Amino acid sequence: MNRLIALGFALLLGFGATAHATEYKIDTAGAHAFIQFKIKHLGYSWLYGRFDEFEGRFNYDPKKPEASSVEVTINTASINSAHAERDKHLRGKDFLEVDKYPKATFKSTSFTPKGDGKAELKGTLTLHGVSREITIDVTEIGGGKDPWGGYRQGFHGTTEFALKDFGIDYNLGPASRTVQLILDVEGIAQNMM
Amino acid sequence: MPLKNTPQRYGWLSIALHWSMAIAVIGMFALGLWMRDLSYYDPWYRDGPFIHKSVGIILLMMLVLRVLWRASNIRPDDAPSLKTWERITAHLTHLALYALLFAIMLAGYLISTADGRSIEVFDWFSVPATLHGLSNQEDIAGEVHEILAWLLMAIVAVHSLAALKHHFFDRDNTLKKMLGIAANPATPTSAQKEDR
Repeated sequence: MNRLIALGFALLLGFGATAHATEYKIDTAGAHAFIQFKIKHLGYSWLYGRFDEFEGRFNYDPKKPEASSVEVTINTASINSAHAERDKHLRGKDFLEVDKYPKATFKSTSFTPKGDGKAELKGTLTLHGVSREITIDVTEIGGGKDPWGGYRQGFHGTTEFALKDFGIDYNLGPASRTVQLILDVEGIAQNMM
Repeated sequence: MPLKNTPQRYGWLSIALHWSMAIAVIGMFALGLWMRDLSYYDPWYRDGPFIHKSVGIILLMMLVLRVLWRASNIRPDDAPSLKTWERITAHLTHLALYALLFAIMLAGYLISTADGRSIEVFDWFSVPATLHGLSNQEDIAGEVHEILAWLLMAIVAVHSLAALKHHFFDRDNTLKKMLGIAANPATPTSAQKEDR
């Protein structure tokens, strides 16, 4: 009996400990999350594409935002730039080499609130077999109850990096050496207080 | 030269289809290999694939015509000196060439139409997509296209070496039948002479 009570307390404490930082599952099932990129074409226009398959989770507590963390895994073969021949090229040896590197991951290392709903998210991006630290400028878009009994929280983020830094050095021209990522994620709370 | 095949040799339509497709298919293999490594700023970066796709569709139409023509026409007799195994392997090789050509063209079509886009044939007409949107369609079709193209070239080598062997070593009329210079019944071939 005593052991049962002890277990009950332990469980309560356990829940208490996680109650502050709510864990969210990124809503890829309902497609309320987008990993998009844009890169200049010849320096004359922006080309947009996205990764259709990924999954991820984040922890966020509005009272303690600096403790936030996020982890995302992308299926690199799911790249989609609305042109099959181009996508085939992007999956091949000149770019992502998806046979060799089927996953890209991002794992946060720090989250620094800058006030006014803005923050700086640092973490390790592993892409094309190369791991490097990147910084994502984050804006909190909103959060609250959804109409179906759940709780959601969403963010917008942008970052930019040189393709060469990740070992992708196919020459697309001087205006197309860097790619911008445009990230929009909505998480569904998995453990509300 | 007659339009239709005769027991002695191929007619001019068969000969024209055979040699124009032979040149185009080997050229397409070379173009296909070469264009994959073109840099983005190469003048051929767009023209290479454009020509490859256009010629591919025209080749598919020629292949259909060729198979129909073959089915509605007699085949010249095999050289009498051919051994049974030579007849069997020769005919199996021909079947393999037709089947591979068709499969390669179908796979190529499925790469370029994987997103529902049609294929433009030399700004002349376009072929619409039919089967599209399968998951990783362009990648799977691309692998099949490449592997079968290499296999086709291996069979082309067998077919060509066999033709040369019959011409230079066996000295029969196998190659001449397809060159349009084969003898008519009045001028027997060397093989037929030896038979006497």
